[in-house]
Amino acid sequence: MATTSRRLLMLAPLGLAAAGGAGFYAMLRGMGTGSYDPKGVPSVLVGKPAPAFVLPALDEAGVPGLEDAALRDLPAPVLVNFWASWCVPCIVEHPQLMTLAREGVPVFGINYKDKPADAAAFLARRGNPFLRLGRDEPGRVAIDWGVYGVPETYVLDRKGIIRWRWPGPVTPEVLQQDIRPLLRRHA
Amino acid sequence: MLRRLTLVAALLAGPAFAVGPAFAVGLPSEMLQDPAQEARAREIGRELRCLVCQNQSIEDSEAGLARDLRRIVRERVAAGESDAQVVAFVHDRYGDFVLLRPPFNAVTAVLWGAPLLALGGGVLAIVLSRRRMRGALVAEAPPLSPEERARLAALEHSEEDKRTS
Repeated sequence: MATTSRRLLMLAPLGLAAAGGAGFYAMLRGMGTGSYDPKGVPSVLVGKPAPAFVLPALDEAGVPGLEDAALRDLPAPVLVNFWASWCVPCIVEHPQLMTLAREGVPVFGINYKDKPADAAAFLARRGNPFLRLGRDEPGRVAIDWGVYGVPETYVLDRKGIIRWRWPGPVTPEVLQQDIRPLLRRHA
Repeated sequence: MLRRLTLVAALLAGPAFAVGPAFAVGLPSEMLQDPAQEARAREIGRELRCLVCQNQSIEDSEAGLARDLRRIVRERVAAGESDAQVVAFVHDRYGDFVLLRPPFNAVTAVLWGAPLLALGGGVLAIVLSRRRMRGALVAEAPPLSPEERARLAALEHSEEDKRTS
């Protein structure tokens, strides 16, 4: 009896190392597939309504500005996308936003720390997916949303509750695996 | 370096800078004019993580977001908020992650508890091994088996034989 328990005790460090190894393997795999981001900052806004804000329109875009009142009691779930013309991943995700807009999904934009002329040129060149677009040149509204980099995308349900936040570009995979199921669930 | 140069320039320019806007980004004039308030703002800022570089506080970071957060901290200190109120403003937006000293809650319990767990585990291991050692010393030896008895008797006999011979 004593010898078996001692043998088990000898196995304890091995077991700990194995558990640690399994944990690190899961983390590495998650980093590979994008499901785990060690530098990701979890959003505290998920489950809450959008913070109060009013942002002016970008005149050249030809769509109204954005305020929190436009994010309450919606006919369908919406996307809110923080972007900037100087942000390279924003170029990567732009086709996916255009696809959603073509399908009739309401995509609202917040233009972060950008010059109006640059933002207008970006949209003129790549198309405007936004039903509404607010300019946040000082970046203060982005801080109220807990944004820590562009692009960032939020999905709000019909009541205006933030259901999901994605820091980083909306790739075709993110669109298929995350955004479409969310839009269906909250439709 | 650039900061140092601008500081020198500001010192040379003297009062012209002192009356400038209180929150000019990236300049020494970003600092609050009241040294006590500036010191408080710095203390608060040192406890807040820059979310872009992540291993620096907002006071140490040159990232744009860190600069914005520095300004917010100073505005709120100048407006007369307490340290806790200023930290709460940033914490409400960015969550526990923004605090360089994580608070104790359900999520961080393991983090804070890990040293105690390790210490407890070590103490337990010592206590158990000591008890076992003492047990081994104190425990009575099991009675001899018939074979052992026979061997012992044989040994004793041979010993006596040697002595008598």
